[in-house]
Amino acid sequence: MAEPNTEAKTVRQTLDNGMLVLVHETHAAPVASFWIFYRVGSRNEHSGLTGISHWVEHMLFKGTKSYPRGEFDKAVSRAGGIFNGMTSQDWTAYFETFPSERMGLALDVESDRMANAIFDSQETEAERTVILSEREGSENSFFWLLSEEVQATSFQQHSYRHPTIGWRRDLETMTRDDLYDHYRTYYTPNNSIAVAVGDFDAARMLSEIEQAFGPVLPGPPVPDVQSQEPAQIAERRIKLTGMDPTGYYMQVFHTPEAASDDFFPLIILDAVLGGAKGIGLFGGGTNNRSNRLYRALVDTDLAVAVGSSYRPSIDPSLFYFYATLAPGCSHQEVEDAIWLQIRRVQEEGVRIEELHKTIKQTRAQFAYSSESVTHQAYWRGFSEIIADAEWLENWLSALESVTVDDVQRVANAYFQPNRQTVGWYAAEGSVVL
Amino acid sequence: MSSLHPTRAMPGPHDITRVVLDNGLVILVRENHAAPVIVLEGALPAGSIHVPREQAGLANFVASMVMRGSEHYTFDAFNDAIEGVGASLSVSAGDHSTEFGSTSLSEDFPRMLELLADCLRRPTFPAAHMERVRAQKLVGIQERDQDTSQIASLRFHESMYAGHPYANSNLGYMETIPSIERQQLVEFHARRYAPQGTVIVVTGDIESERAIALIREQFSDWSGPSPQQDLPPVDTTMRSERLFYPLADKVQSDIVMGCHAVSRYHEDFHALRVANTILGRFGLMGRLGETVREEQGLAYYAYSTLDALPAGGVWYASAGVNPASVNVAVESILAEFDRLGAEPVPDAELEDSQAFLTGVVPITLETNEGVASTLLNMEWHNLGLDYLQRYNSIVYGITAEDVQRVAATYLRRENCLAVVAGPAVEQNE
Repeated sequence: MAEPNTEAKTVRQTLDNGMLVLVHETHAAPVASFWIFYRVGSRNEHSGLTGISHWVEHMLFKGTKSYPRGEFDKAVSRAGGIFNGMTSQDWTAYFETFPSERMGLALDVESDRMANAIFDSQETEAERTVILSEREGSENSFFWLLSEEVQATSFQQHSYRHPTIGWRRDLETMTRDDLYDHYRTYYTPNNSIAVAVGDFDAARMLSEIEQAFGPVLPGPPVPDVQSQEPAQIAERRIKLTGMDPTGYYMQVFHTPEAASDDFFPLIILDAVLGGAKGIGLFGGGTNNRSNRLYRALVDTDLAVAVGSSYRPSIDPSLFYFYATLAPGCSHQEVEDAIWLQIRRVQEEGVRIEELHKTIKQTRAQFAYSSESVTHQAYWRGFSEIIADAEWLENWLSALESVTVDDVQRVANAYFQPNRQTVGWYAAEGSVVL
Repeated sequence: MSSLHPTRAMPGPHDITRVVLDNGLVILVRENHAAPVIVLEGALPAGSIHVPREQAGLANFVASMVMRGSEHYTFDAFNDAIEGVGASLSVSAGDHSTEFGSTSLSEDFPRMLELLADCLRRPTFPAAHMERVRAQKLVGIQERDQDTSQIASLRFHESMYAGHPYANSNLGYMETIPSIERQQLVEFHARRYAPQGTVIVVTGDIESERAIALIREQFSDWSGPSPQQDLPPVDTTMRSERLFYPLADKVQSDIVMGCHAVSRYHEDFHALRVANTILGRFGLMGRLGETVREEQGLAYYAYSTLDALPAGGVWYASAGVNPASVNVAVESILAEFDRLGAEPVPDAELEDSQAFLTGVVPITLETNEGVASTLLNMEWHNLGLDYLQRYNSIVYGITAEDVQRVAATYLRRENCLAVVAGPAVEQNE
């Protein structure tokens, strides 16, 4: 077994079965959080089985021999804990946060369901309609439908084109054995990362994790994700109509992955254009009424809401612009106004004060999130999945080393008309389409 | 566990500083030096119940407008000051109160207080912003009116509270927002934004004395009327009824169904809260989650809510289901209502919910935000600074008989209103 790296504040160790373990001790509150991340998400899915990672995640709440359905969630709640599971494009994760003395339950449950989930046929069928219901709930929103269409259109090859929830037909036809195979392929110690943060002794926690997960047998290496998205050379457009009267706008550009040198300049660009965000899944951000897009679109009555979004991903993904139209405004006006702001950065760059503001905002976000062991544990696992441990640790210094020239360069490199996919949603019969 | 560090114990009289200013404003401070962060949360006695039906949305409109310009800050200067330091500041109206808050690094807290005082005390209601905010609200209402879950919930509350101020939407309606005038904003602000009845809670990396001194600096010379919170009692006569609101182009139906219950101040409140945890909160959403979601696979979500509003509460279940399953889901939920009142809850199940309600408190109190909102709730409802010390015995004082009795009393099939919003397909019995 590798020597734990004791220099870092977070203890890092790989077990003999290949599971990476990160343990971080903090005593600010008498609570602790345990997360387990699997390197699987809709990124690993193929046509015909889209949504399978998300469905497998649901099935892990359906019971093992030791914890029949309902027993696990009752045990966690009874212990004063909170829990959840979540599936993204790049990963699947489960967490429990407890009063710190109850952490043993999380280790027991997660090591058990890593290998022993039953996937009972009847339970699988009951869950099929639950997942269809989850999808149908989302389909009630035209903004959601527009996002799904834009995503599916912007990628032609890469699995990021699939919605994480899955396409309806696949959800109707997928079998119990498909799900079980997916589970056995990806739910192995060597494809997972365990993270514990909280009010405990790190060395003891590490040994408890090793005791719980050490006996789980490793699996074969997981299949590589082969698909690569060819460079987009032509603009793509979606026009969606429906009965809802509110107009929505969405525009995306292909942008690089989290580990790219251009990632941090793009993070600054996102903050300057659409406001600073929390990092990863959590973190609220600020009021976001002083950014360039807000001033150019909301303060001029073209839109009632506008924003941009650039999220870290394993493979190259998308930089989003989106808006909710103000009454009486057209999609074309909104599109032109956003392009005007893009061109301004491309031609004039950004101001050094805007860089400093982003850095101060980020520093504040780190301080806010440091209050929660749940967020801290999430960040550590997420960083490891998306890039590596240093990626998050160096976040602030990486931002500080970005220059105004870098930001201008990436704006020119990635935001070009022939690399955009644009989606308009408008009410049926509306004059603008 | 070893002996507790002072900051790790439950907040209580030993570490909460409470001060009442001469003008009636109440300040609560609890120090927490774990991170260089300060959270402020507060409430003042201005809510949607304080405006007539034809002005529904006015309190919320005022809350949005106070951040759009004040004596010392234009909208842009205000936003630059907050966002330039990565802070956040919000003001929003609810039923009884307008809540406000800020989160900032400790070093920026004095500035946040100054901004907050200026916008709460000295808003200028600039006319140009008024039209912009109006347009934003109208689009928000338009979006709400197309959202099955929001419409089911809104129509449920409107029917349960028909004729009562609680019936009115906080956001307002397409019919009310267009006619709200600037003078009405000014008058509402003058009438309801006042120190008497206002509470400010601060938690985080600051000495109590300093926090109080800073608040005094900004708020001690504030004066105003003493706004009343009196409300007529809620008419609780009900009969079993099903209302359906069709929405075009939708795939899923949302159900909100339930009965009148009690006020936060009623002696049955805690029994109802435990009963609600059993019905639709515990684990994967209690008994409703178990039958509607887990066993029958009818819904992605099924849970229950106890909304114990001061003048009279409601207790209801919510679920999102396929239109073809509406009748089955409604009947399953009614069967769970019946069962809770007909059979005593098994001891183990009761203990589970009690253990959850008490055990989860340390997680709630982990962050400054969690502490601040807990303290604000304690002060607003006059629960006493020792509420968290008494809390476990209150929860464990509830018996299986209490749960059965309150369910049988309040959650009655013959008094149950069911509201469904969704696709216009055949779904009536």
